[in-house]
Amino acid sequence: MAGAEQPPAVALQGISKRFGTVLANQDIDLAVASGTIHGIVGENGAGKSTLMSILYGFYQADAGEILIDGTVVRIQGSADAIRHGIGMVHQHFMLVETFTVLENLALGAEDGPLLRRGLDRARRTLKQIGDTYGLSVDPDAIVGGLAVGQQQRVEILKALYREARILILDEPTGVLTPQEADHLFKVLAALRQQGKTVILITHKLREIMAITDNVSVMRQGRMVAHRKTAETSAAELSELMVGRKVVLHFDKAPARPGATALSVTGLHVTDGAGIERVKGVDLTVRAGEIVGIAGVAGNGQSELLEAIAGIRRPRAGRIRSGDIDLFPHPDFSSRRVRDHRIAHVPEDRHRTGMVGAFPARENVLLGEQDSPAFHRHGLIDWKRVSADATAKMTHFDVRPCDPTLKMANFSGGNQQKLILAREMERDPILLLVGQPTRGVDIGAIEFIHRRLLALRDAGKAILLVSVELEEIMSLSDRILVMFDGRIVGEVTVTDPGAVDERMLGLLMAGCQPGQPGVIAR
Amino acid sequence: MSAHAPAARLPRWMEYGLLPVLNLVLALLVSGLVVVVIGQDPFEALGVLLKGAFGSIENIGYTLYYATDIIFTGLAVAVAFQAGLFNIGGEGQAYIAGLGVGLVCLYLDFLPMPVIIALAVIASMVFGAAWAAIPAWLQAHRGSHIVITTIMFNFIAYSVMVYLLVHPLIEPGQMAPQSRAFAANAIMPSIKGVAAVVGLDLGAAPLNLSFVWALIAAAGTWLFIGHTSPGYAIRVVGANPEAAVCAGIRPERAIMLAMLLSGALAGGLALNEVMGVQQRIMVGFTAGYGFTGIAAALMGRNHPVGIILAALLFGALYQGGAELSFDIPDISAEMVVVIQGFVIIFTGALENMLRPTLARLAARLEGGRAQTA
Repeated sequence: MAGAEQPPAVALQGISKRFGTVLANQDIDLAVASGTIHGIVGENGAGKSTLMSILYGFYQADAGEILIDGTVVRIQGSADAIRHGIGMVHQHFMLVETFTVLENLALGAEDGPLLRRGLDRARRTLKQIGDTYGLSVDPDAIVGGLAVGQQQRVEILKALYREARILILDEPTGVLTPQEADHLFKVLAALRQQGKTVILITHKLREIMAITDNVSVMRQGRMVAHRKTAETSAAELSELMVGRKVVLHFDKAPARPGATALSVTGLHVTDGAGIERVKGVDLTVRAGEIVGIAGVAGNGQSELLEAIAGIRRPRAGRIRSGDIDLFPHPDFSSRRVRDHRIAHVPEDRHRTGMVGAFPARENVLLGEQDSPAFHRHGLIDWKRVSADATAKMTHFDVRPCDPTLKMANFSGGNQQKLILAREMERDPILLLVGQPTRGVDIGAIEFIHRRLLALRDAGKAILLVSVELEEIMSLSDRILVMFDGRIVGEVTVTDPGAVDERMLGLLMAGCQPGQPGVIAR
Repeated sequence: MSAHAPAARLPRWMEYGLLPVLNLVLALLVSGLVVVVIGQDPFEALGVLLKGAFGSIENIGYTLYYATDIIFTGLAVAVAFQAGLFNIGGEGQAYIAGLGVGLVCLYLDFLPMPVIIALAVIASMVFGAAWAAIPAWLQAHRGSHIVITTIMFNFIAYSVMVYLLVHPLIEPGQMAPQSRAFAANAIMPSIKGVAAVVGLDLGAAPLNLSFVWALIAAAGTWLFIGHTSPGYAIRVVGANPEAAVCAGIRPERAIMLAMLLSGALAGGLALNEVMGVQQRIMVGFTAGYGFTGIAAALMGRNHPVGIILAALLFGALYQGGAELSFDIPDISAEMVVVIQGFVIIFTGALENMLRPTLARLAARLEGGRAQTA
């Protein structure tokens, strides 16, 4: 354990970082004592990753100082960081999958043009490190063939091989099975015992409580609290993390839910890497209500939404809309889902919602390309499409209202409004909408929220997925909290201002508060 | 973050006007240097080349004949490119299409000429599309890279055709690996007669009806890509496959369709060469036009009009180059290939070389305008 007079291994003083108009980090102070495990928690977008990227040299802070072992250092790239003994294990591994473990270790530390020497050294050191920390990996295995937990070990080994004394782990358990996570914690404990300093970025409070010595909480780019883990509780951290949410107040009429528009039962969905992301979800959405799915990113909400939209084939379960079976069905496809008047505003508009290289009018046609309304004599009637695009852009106040302008040249908010216009004016019975206001300016947020509420009041069903808790609380008539692929709580909202956000925060962080008003499953 | 800069965007007049012209000028400059190195006058050479390509109606006829082949293969590359696919198998697809055209002309020559022409056109499309179908299926359903598979299919096509022309299709009693000549009613009609009516003498130029078919194909391609829903689907898949899936488009289908059309267009080359010019099936009649088509598509920005213009340029280089090696013997046929190669390299492969500079220039012009405004 660190002595009282020993300077902290890492100290950040007054760090600020601005991206355009967004203050990602604002006057951050942080001291990490040597030989401890220090947790940093916060919601999505609280600025945790930006802060660590500054420490690792990916970004330069606009203001502030970094001190390593009490001396001010300048870190202008990852090479500087490595030289100062900082190692980072990224959420998405930085490994060459076709290389062996040994080759990955030696990468960037080859000791000259001939590989043999570097590889021999790596082999010796690997054995030594492995014995010290209980981190055994077959040095000659191809990295791509290893399990995710093993690959993560290679990342840790890589950092240790470069003689890191300070190890940053960014959401390390997001990709791990519970057993692998347990093993990781043992490794971290061993590292601490050997005098290494570990910084653990996570949003899972259970992990913080289980493994860290100290914890710092970030919210909206600021550091809001530092605590000794032994002297705090999950409930306190959750409250600090979430803060008092500003609920935008609308003249929101009480919901008058009608017939069931969507019912999902026992849904299991696996992602591209074969990891189960949705682990048995049941939910219903009725006409005239907004059901919001709250949760920290990466807990299966995206996969759930994609499965209902017909983009990702579920592994098991049932999806019905009215009395129509969407899954299982021989023709499970987004085409069929769309044909049954289910509209979809995807979470990542750039990746799946639009074609940036096409003009606005061709983006308005997206998904409607086979509609007879836009055809004349078998050819696309571009005049009609343009007129329709102009109308939609006017209704949704898309600026500039120019259907020939390339989609990529609109601002994020206007792109999103155009996509919403396209999906909402199809007259759907159910709207699936993911992150409707991500990367959208405040004016557009209010506009989009009003439109979603208007659609609800017109008797349509809306399933809303968002990582913005304020958004979920402002809009939803019912809130489902998703954690680790399951729905862990449900709240019926009568007054948006009265929602217990602390309790939602606890549920999102994987804790079961067991309070009245919560239907714990 | 990324090591290489993304392709810069240019204003339209630069993208479609200045850049291709600058690339062409650079190619001619370097070619001129080569001509100087072998001790000839580059300006004289350029004069001979231009005169050879456009000096007479007959020469223009030759230029158009060459351009016909390149329009077909250029369109083939462009259609596949709209789906994000790089079909470099136009050569093989055209070669196999030649088999289809030849079979019609050899074995159905008892039919009247218009029927034979119609059947030959259909055969060129079906055979060309069929040869593209296997790489297309492998790409769409198994993810096998289209560049690898189409280039391999070129080699397979070469071997298949050599075998067929050495064994079953060879003209009995002859040594050359080629079929017998087609009957008179199984030949693509020359447009010499039509030209003569308006007082143009095409001389010996082998320009035939395939040229008209090439122009129709260009118009059809333009209509299909820009004005039909399958064409739109192909473009969405090429630009953003994930958005396509989200919009209910099946990328596999779009890929298959784009590649089948690409092969069918490449097949047009066989109509010109087999049915129009050689009037028999020969080994190697595709003569690399499949690859020239790639350069034409790049230079023509995958737009049918651009491709026709680029094909005219390459046609002029082929025809003018032939005259050049004839008039100035020191500039051998191989030298002409070198010059053509420079044009292809500068307009095709080095397409992005000047782009960043022009983009900076455009930004400065824009800035200047904003300040004065």
